[in-house]
Amino acid sequence: MKIAVCIKQVPTREWQPRIDESKTWIREADASYEMNEPDAYALEEALRLKETHGGEVVVCSAGPARVAQVIREALARGADRAIHVEDDRLASADAFVTAAALAGAMKGESFDLVLTGLQSDDQGFAQVGVILAEKLGLPHATIIMEVQVQPGSLRVKRELEGGWFQWVTMPLPAVLTIQSGINQLRYATLKGIMAAKKKEIRKAAAPADASGKQKIVALYTPEKAKKTQIIGGSPTEAAKELVRKLRDEARVL
Amino acid sequence: MIVVVAEQQAGKVNRASWETIAAAQQLGPSTSLGAGPSTSLGAGDVVVLVPGGSVASAAAELAGAQVKEVVTVEHAALDPYTPDGFTAALQDAIAQLSPDLVLLPHTYQTRDFAPKLAARLDRAIVTDVTAIKSAGGGLRFVRPMFQGKLTADVVPQGPAPHFATFQIGAFRADQAARGSSPARVRALTVSVDPGAIRQKPDAPFQQAKQAVDLSQAERIVSVGRGIKEQANIRVAEELARAIGAEIAASRPICDAGWLPMERQVGSSGQTVAPKLYLALGISGAIQHLVGMKGSSTIVAINKDPDAPIFEVADYGVVGDLFEIVPAMIEAVKG
Repeated sequence: MKIAVCIKQVPTREWQPRIDESKTWIREADASYEMNEPDAYALEEALRLKETHGGEVVVCSAGPARVAQVIREALARGADRAIHVEDDRLASADAFVTAAALAGAMKGESFDLVLTGLQSDDQGFAQVGVILAEKLGLPHATIIMEVQVQPGSLRVKRELEGGWFQWVTMPLPAVLTIQSGINQLRYATLKGIMAAKKKEIRKAAAPADASGKQKIVALYTPEKAKKTQIIGGSPTEAAKELVRKLRDEARVL
Repeated sequence: MIVVVAEQQAGKVNRASWETIAAAQQLGPSTSLGAGPSTSLGAGDVVVLVPGGSVASAAAELAGAQVKEVVTVEHAALDPYTPDGFTAALQDAIAQLSPDLVLLPHTYQTRDFAPKLAARLDRAIVTDVTAIKSAGGGLRFVRPMFQGKLTADVVPQGPAPHFATFQIGAFRADQAARGSSPARVRALTVSVDPGAIRQKPDAPFQQAKQAVDLSQAERIVSVGRGIKEQANIRVAEELARAIGAEIAASRPICDAGWLPMERQVGSSGQTVAPKLYLALGISGAIQHLVGMKGSSTIVAINKDPDAPIFEVADYGVVGDLFEIVPAMIEAVKG
């Protein structure tokens, strides 16, 4: 099986956002970056499928030069090679532009299966996998919690809301968006990190038009929905005061 | 014309569809959408579209809303739901109706087909919208970004229709205006080639009988990534015992197997509304917030003062939960 995994590099969860002078994007230089968590689960699923069914795992990422960091990490965890669509404009691209960049780079590869995370931790569109499927002309399923490969077809467990699931069968090739928690992640070994240095990263050009279909006109810190009473003091004082307020003010204890 | 695509299962209307109708009604009169492609109906008129295999009862329910009309899109190939089937049917329906805006609830089903539909039509789609602003004759869609740490005002680009999906709970279903008499229900005929539907779904099922019904709990102590390791859950359980609460968790904790899946609160788990919800080390990703923000009193204990959980909290303590929680247990007992 020839499996593609689309991976995005996103600011770390611990990063405190800072907004740039244009007030429409973040100060990218201030952020530290990591692999988008749902994409890490997609990568792990691809590696497991390869271990069972054989074949090749190809990492695909669309973004500026810094994205090479997560590509190396994916190669160290066991991916065989990578495609990097490199362009600075892809850092803040919308889902249409990202999907077009990935689809362009994947043409001619004839992947049997394309996996990606269900959404990204930065812009959180939850669109790229589905739009990519449409652009590649492939069937898709989203929010997947289990993947079973059968000859020429795929049986996947799709998560529905409120603890419900559904099995869906579809022909290969196909695109799946993977839910976090589908498997247990592995970490790169020293051997893997050394081996990654010799693996191929093919550079691909981004589409000429990266203007996209949505424009951020303002970016800001959220307005509070509620007036929160922040309780200060030492941990002991704060705990006492909180318990008192929950008893006497909110009357919930 | 504003089209709301309603979601129904076995004739029952998804509550989130009513929330989207409320959003559309708010949008309707307050905005001038410019010279849209629609001619017979006004730019602000709301039309509810109900796709499915057999939707008569859902359509009758939706006709109670104060809208211009309810349009049914029935086809045997739309039951059960598939993204291929829904994309084909709605592509046809949108071509016939020529709306300016297509609004949907941001459900798992919408997430499965709406980006495909927008891509098929080559039109903009803005997802997970929490509010709408009208500014200078145009619309701005407000949506969270960077795990809810920032908010963006987004303007869709290119020709109509523009698609927008609304976050669950962002608008209130009970604020959808009801009409004095039922709206007109009209059937639209669409063509769907059943042979072109590639997904073959089985019937939905529940993984395990839910032994714990958190929706009935009066108090809930809930833990997130901040609990750091499985052994530390004991601290939260001790607090839960002291105040007579059920223990619950955000998704990553259940994914890691530290607590059973049936104790997960959020969009993929249970929706709860206890008198007291105590969030320990939970950052407050939107997937979690939608499952608990209806709670009467929300307490957040987190070391990160900028964590989005504080936006919905009534009381907050910024600090180390491993220091604060034991002190709380003392205070409750003492």
